[in-house]
Amino acid sequence: MAYPANYRYTKEHEWLDLEGDLALIGITDYAQHELGDVVFVELPKVGSKIEAGKTFGTVESVKAVSDIYAPASGEVVEANDVLHSTPEKINTDPHGAGWLIKVRLGNPSDLGGLMDSAAYELYIASESKEASA
Amino acid sequence: MQWHGRSATTSPKSNMTDKIKKASTHPSQNEGLIFEKSSPGKRAFELPPLDVPAADPGKALGAAHRSEGIEGFPEVSEIEVIRHFTRLSTWNYAIDLGMYPLGSCTMKYNPRVNEFVARLDGLATEHPYQPQELSQGCLKILQLLEKCLLEITGMEAVTLQPAAGAQGELTGLLLIRAYHEKNGNPRRKVLIPDSAHGTNPATAVIAGYEVENIKSESHGQIDVDKLRDLVTPDVAALMITNPSTLGIFEERIPEIAEILHAKGALLYMDGANMNALTGITRPGDLGVDVMHLNLHKTFSTPHGGGGPGAGPVAMKKILEPFRPVPILVEKEAGRLALEQIRPDSIGRVKAFSGNFGVLVRALAYILAYGPGVRQATEDAVLNANYIRKHLEGVFDLPYSLPSMHEVVFSDALQKKNGVNTMDIAKRLIDYGFHPYTTAFPLIVPGALMIEPTESESREECDLFVDAMRSIAEEAASNPELVKTAPHTTRVRRLDEVGAARKPILRWKPQASRTEAAD
Amino acid sequence: MRYLPKSPAERQAMLSAIGAKSIDALFSSIPERYRLQEALKLPGPLSETEVIDFFKARAAENSVGYTSFLGAGVYQHLRSVVTDAIIQRGEFLTSYTPYQAEITQGTLQAIFEFQTLMCQLTGQEVANASMYDGSTATTEAVLMAERLTGRRRILVARSLHPEYRDVLKTYAKNSGLHVEEIPYSANGTLDQKALEAALQDDVAAVVMQSPNFFGVVELLPPLRDAAHSSGALLVTVITEGVSLGLLSPPGEADIVAMEAQSFGLAPSYGGPFAGVIASRDKFVRQMPGRLAGQTTDSEGRRGFVLTLATREQHIRRERATSNICTNQALCALAATVHLTLLGKEGLREMAHQNLSKAKFALAELEKIPGIRRAFDAPFFNEFTVVLPRSVKIVNAYLQREKIIGPFVLGTAYPELTKHALVCVTETTPRAEIERFAAAVRRALEQPL
Repeated sequence: MAYPANYRYTKEHEWLDLEGDLALIGITDYAQHELGDVVFVELPKVGSKIEAGKTFGTVESVKAVSDIYAPASGEVVEANDVLHSTPEKINTDPHGAGWLIKVRLGNPSDLGGLMDSAAYELYIASESKEASA
Repeated sequence: MQWHGRSATTSPKSNMTDKIKKASTHPSQNEGLIFEKSSPGKRAFELPPLDVPAADPGKALGAAHRSEGIEGFPEVSEIEVIRHFTRLSTWNYAIDLGMYPLGSCTMKYNPRVNEFVARLDGLATEHPYQPQELSQGCLKILQLLEKCLLEITGMEAVTLQPAAGAQGELTGLLLIRAYHEKNGNPRRKVLIPDSAHGTNPATAVIAGYEVENIKSESHGQIDVDKLRDLVTPDVAALMITNPSTLGIFEERIPEIAEILHAKGALLYMDGANMNALTGITRPGDLGVDVMHLNLHKTFSTPHGGGGPGAGPVAMKKILEPFRPVPILVEKEAGRLALEQIRPDSIGRVKAFSGNFGVLVRALAYILAYGPGVRQATEDAVLNANYIRKHLEGVFDLPYSLPSMHEVVFSDALQKKNGVNTMDIAKRLIDYGFHPYTTAFPLIVPGALMIEPTESESREECDLFVDAMRSIAEEAASNPELVKTAPHTTRVRRLDEVGAARKPILRWKPQASRTEAAD
Repeated sequence: MRYLPKSPAERQAMLSAIGAKSIDALFSSIPERYRLQEALKLPGPLSETEVIDFFKARAAENSVGYTSFLGAGVYQHLRSVVTDAIIQRGEFLTSYTPYQAEITQGTLQAIFEFQTLMCQLTGQEVANASMYDGSTATTEAVLMAERLTGRRRILVARSLHPEYRDVLKTYAKNSGLHVEEIPYSANGTLDQKALEAALQDDVAAVVMQSPNFFGVVELLPPLRDAAHSSGALLVTVITEGVSLGLLSPPGEADIVAMEAQSFGLAPSYGGPFAGVIASRDKFVRQMPGRLAGQTTDSEGRRGFVLTLATREQHIRRERATSNICTNQALCALAATVHLTLLGKEGLREMAHQNLSKAKFALAELEKIPGIRRAFDAPFFNEFTVVLPRSVKIVNAYLQREKIIGPFVLGTAYPELTKHALVCVTETTPRAEIERFAAAVRRALEQPL
């Protein structure tokens, strides 16, 4: 699966799609592949604050639980509630319909620490190599 | 020797080999849920008639009275109960049927005499609060078991309170914490190897410690040189499993103990793999300060489908004052008593006094063997090494140090054809065995963890080796057969994802049900 | 040795196949000086007969031949021999935890049935596959309430079983939980006023037992209302499950922690038993312990698997909700078989016999001058009486008559100096109840 060029990415395998000061956040295809079939998602409530680098929820598969880390700080304006009944969207469309939360960023210009798609693809390539070493 | 197996005739879909010697399909009864057989007016157990005036429950209980019977509660006859559960039992694999090569589970024979003595009138019938002078028999059993476990572990004090291994671990860590607190500083961290079983870090966190993971070195052992730097005055303890979860003896354990002790830290040993050590060496002699035992592993008490067990904790004298209550003491003239009050005790970890019924079974096992228990350990290690010898080269062996009672392979060779450890395990079922432990320890990707125990004959070991070799061939020549296994079981692979997404955790009357099992 | 399926010749052949000179060679990784040179000093070896004789001799040193009036968390009830006939089957007894579902459907379906029975009994929506016992189930219920509310203050009824409170204290110390006791009122029930005064928005749970340790039946609705008005959860503990044959199920509770010993498990000097946690569906992901779930296989057949395993410690490791690995599967199976044998009518009848016999025993005792009942509230099969002299002394007399007398409440409640907790179940014949009352009367007539 291609990694959308206009998204930004974290080392913890989250992606962020910025439109103005609103950001859509989700986990990447690499992450969903590692997890396996997603069975449950725990998302923050609308109105709650998330802080860059800190966890804001979890994604669960049959065999693992993963914390999700906020790529940036802000306030949650929407959560993808449909995931409660169809968590598999995270597997089938992790960069689209499988989005997790929409956030109003506190500082939309401060995304310098995140990777672009090319850097992210290099990053996961080296992660895979290490895992099979 | 008699083979019961033939080439199994199954549905045309599956492609069975005639190498499957031990297993054959046999008729498996259909059976629904007991609630689905229920019908008003049927009863399975009658009580003797009431011999006192009948109370009026409405009057006696007032607003708390439940005027109707429990909705949906089963109403069936005795024969239906017997048939229902007997049929269910035939769907299970069990040690009584054959080898369970589950690593670190020590699935050994559960001697029947243990069941008999645990049920004796005068043992099964005793109430924990009855007068202690009417419980001397129970207390003598506890005392003798304590003595035996001290002799086996080389420790100086023991508690029989914890109800299972995980609770034993927690008790052990709480002892460590109490010890450090008494010395003025509980400390912050517990070091845990990345090969450890998941209960270790979970327990450490529940005991209020931070976990620091230590990476194993290239042979799968604890990296002793790195350890020196990691042991700071902040470290309360190291939790070691020995032999490690790779089945390999941690040769440098005495050194590890010294490093820890020099900084005032303690060495905790997870005793899950005690089946490799009993009668050969003693953890207390190796420098271990505190350890738990799994009576349902090393000491033959039955797993019963997942419990009960017991997790006694043995320790050096320095930890004795902190033992959980109650504490067994000997008073004048050999009279035994349980004391409930100890000033430095960590408190009570469970109501009453340990899983007595399980403790009886463990003692019966020890008494049957006596000093000859070493033979069991030798046979366990012999079986594991025999299997290892015959499967080396067939499966990838990631760590080449000598194995003790269990051996860990990986699926690296079979992965080339897209066959992984889970697939191989499922195919092993068709050959008449329970799978080995898959995907653990985490430091071996695609692990196959095999522990035969001493209860397996040479014949059973040979059948197992043959089965594994045959599956390896299938993985190369017919991978689909392995990937879609098992083929001969009552149900095929079950949808675990669906079960987790939309959990159905109870039967409901008139609820829409999926088709009854056919 | 009869448990080892190898002959000396077979051992030799296997060593040769490995290429090892002797069995000692296989232990070479253990440093020489730590290898034992002598056999362990253990008693035995004993033949099967000798093992049996040893334990029979121990059994004879206990309380065979005595009639007991003890309850206090462990209860004597009738058990059918059918239960042992089932749980002694090797396929149940010697099977492992059902991680490989295809070959453990027997265990898994039985667990599913157990979970269902526990829901039916407690009026809750979901129940787990059992925990070690009632005391640890209570503690786990409290930890669950802490996770659900994010709060750390726990209000615990003083009338909750003393040892259950002790276990909670041990775990609370290390979890940063703050536990406070709520007293009981004059009639033995939880002091509602004291509860309301203590409730604030930092309380995670109100923990109480019914019937409580004094045998008194508590009414839940006012307790639930008080707890919920502060955003706290109501945790109800049940130590005598047979009471549910006649008592309203604790549906008002948010979490129920129950001891299943009364459902066909022998007292066995205190264990092994089986605890259960039952609660609402919406709380299930915070519920500890194993869960069996219904599903289908690749060909559409109904089957069962362990599910929601990500709550457990071997996956979450540092983030586990509890570190409990074992469930008391065989005990839960025994309870399932037992309850199925009793059935709807049988459980009700058993409960009714308990209620009737306890009432009869109280009436007999109340005829004795100087004895009065403490706590004027409904009871099930246990009640508290006040004696005119020390219960210990009365019990010493009873013991000489081969009667194990009631629990001395003063040992756990210093303020209840002459109070005795009497338990009578369906197993106590009328003649024994009368003999007990007569012996108590004589005990009180003894010169001091």
